[in-house]
Amino acid sequence: MILSEKYQLMRRNFRNFAETEFTTEIQEQLDREGGFNWDLHHKMADYGFMGVKLPEEYGGQGGDTLAYVLMVEEFARVCPVLAIYANTPNSLGSGPLLTCGTEEQKKTYIPLIASGEKKLVFALTEPGAGSDAGGTLTTADADGDFYILNGRKCFISGAPVADYAVVYAKTNRELKGSKGISMFIVDMKLPGVSVGKPESKMGISGYPTSDIILEDVRVHKSQLLGPLDRGFSTALKTLDGGRLGVAAQALGIAQCCLEESVKYAKERKQFGRPIAKNQGISFMLAEMATEIEAARELIYNTAVAKDAGAKDAPMKCSMCKYFASEMANRVAYKAVQIHGGYGYIKDYKVERMYRDARITTLYEGTTQVQQMVIAGNLLK
Amino acid sequence: MRIYVCVKQVPDTSGKVAVNEDGTLNRASMMTIINPDDMSAMEQALQIKDKTGCQVTAVTMGPPQAESMLRELMAMGADDSVLISSREFGGSDTYATSQIIAGALHHLGIGEDDLILCGRQAIDGDTAQVGPQIAEKLDIPQITYGEQLELLGKTVRGKRLLEDGYMTIEAELPCLVTCVKEMNTPRYLTVKGILKSYEKPIQVLDYNALKEEPLIDPDTIGLKGSPTNIFRSFTPPRKEQGRMLSGSGREAVRELISELTASHVIG
Repeated sequence: MILSEKYQLMRRNFRNFAETEFTTEIQEQLDREGGFNWDLHHKMADYGFMGVKLPEEYGGQGGDTLAYVLMVEEFARVCPVLAIYANTPNSLGSGPLLTCGTEEQKKTYIPLIASGEKKLVFALTEPGAGSDAGGTLTTADADGDFYILNGRKCFISGAPVADYAVVYAKTNRELKGSKGISMFIVDMKLPGVSVGKPESKMGISGYPTSDIILEDVRVHKSQLLGPLDRGFSTALKTLDGGRLGVAAQALGIAQCCLEESVKYAKERKQFGRPIAKNQGISFMLAEMATEIEAARELIYNTAVAKDAGAKDAPMKCSMCKYFASEMANRVAYKAVQIHGGYGYIKDYKVERMYRDARITTLYEGTTQVQQMVIAGNLLK
Repeated sequence: MRIYVCVKQVPDTSGKVAVNEDGTLNRASMMTIINPDDMSAMEQALQIKDKTGCQVTAVTMGPPQAESMLRELMAMGADDSVLISSREFGGSDTYATSQIIAGALHHLGIGEDDLILCGRQAIDGDTAQVGPQIAEKLDIPQITYGEQLELLGKTVRGKRLLEDGYMTIEAELPCLVTCVKEMNTPRYLTVKGILKSYEKPIQVLDYNALKEEPLIDPDTIGLKGSPTNIFRSFTPPRKEQGRMLSGSGREAVRELISELTASHVIG
């Protein structure tokens, strides 16, 4: 896609920000020690990056999905985990509210998310439930003006630093499968809410992931989000946007791997000449670049299709995530291969990119779940 | 109060430099950036705007392509912008350029508490002449090499960064200040700012709009009217930059070994 001057300027600005602010020291520290970089969170918030595609009336920047994928791509190109900082509030953090919140809920929460003042996380997965919502064991029982929530959510990205969580819980045990599930906005400071120890992950260290434990948590009925008993079908609508974000993250990772590999292949000499002169290496570079370009076209095109309300946009979002995340892993593999032994050493960026790429085929629906969605669309 | 910020689109010196037959730069074939010192001038203007709510106008002379730079500056926060562009102005040297810009500023109107900010110098010609010449033509005070700026009602106090120290001077408004990049760190853009910049106006001033201006002499503008004649332009050979290793001898040696290993000289 030929980007107009407006989007080229956006890309240049996102790149400038990432290359200047995401210093190597910060990246290495996050990878080594985990935790959360509050300074960068605030800096991104100051420039409105938390609400790039959120409507202006709710404190967002009023940008579109193309602006959003450009941001995630450019941020991930420099640091995949820091891309998540700005990605989450634009996608899963605000998605359920935008899709089915009441006007009051939108006005209360979205400005806080868009400004980065508060963080809202998406709590769907459980030890026995994820893509299969039928296994949801977290319950919400009505008690006067309140619902009493009990259960355990796992692998919740950002839980240790969250102010609110959108929690999926069974409100009607008679209904089977994905039915009978509702969404609640849960204040993480409510009595009975606790978070587990942050998981020690293969990559994307620096954005903590943990369990959320709910023990007799009293949530006011005004915090019910969307229709009672039909929360999961609403969740599916939110997941489209998130999937596109993960695809853009994978694209950024792959782009970084390519650039590092081109640079290295020109510098590294063996048998008296740069290794880039060997066809075995140069053909790998050609494959990487071509796959990246294909993913980029698919992602940008889907971003525009999604905003235009195209009917096949949800399926295309799954295609983006499926293709871009698998592509990023192929590209990262080749990048390490081109670097040889050095690619296995932490001093070289591709080592971390290789580990960071791995998550993209897993979270927000595995590759196989994306294939199920695509096939489901084709065969219905 | 209104602040005019004079800016220039310059070749991105990290790319290739192309030269026309007459020795002037072939600007159309090169990647461009906003002159870095001008960005500091714009940031300074926006900091004043943040405090006072004054109007900030970006002004440039250049080909129609300079519009993209003006959009970027309006995305940064400028309220509006002016593009001085005409065939008659092409090829102007600093004498001719400052005459045209001064004429344009006079045409736009300079109020008694207005401020004109320029970058210290542009990275293409490196002359640092246009800012001071605009002030001379307009017959207003100037503070060059400004590193800090403070508005004090009817006057402005500037700290000038000089090679061997600094100098603080106060001048009456309206005044022209040229800014060094040490003055500040220009802000990033927001998506909202970028979207809004396409709704903000760009006023184009061509030769016809300015020909009645008393400050502009039609015989001393453009390539033909410019007193400067370029004898030859060339790219000087690039000097490889060295790097100093600091710290104790042991640390420096360790770093040297790690550098040499990383670049596969040893290992």
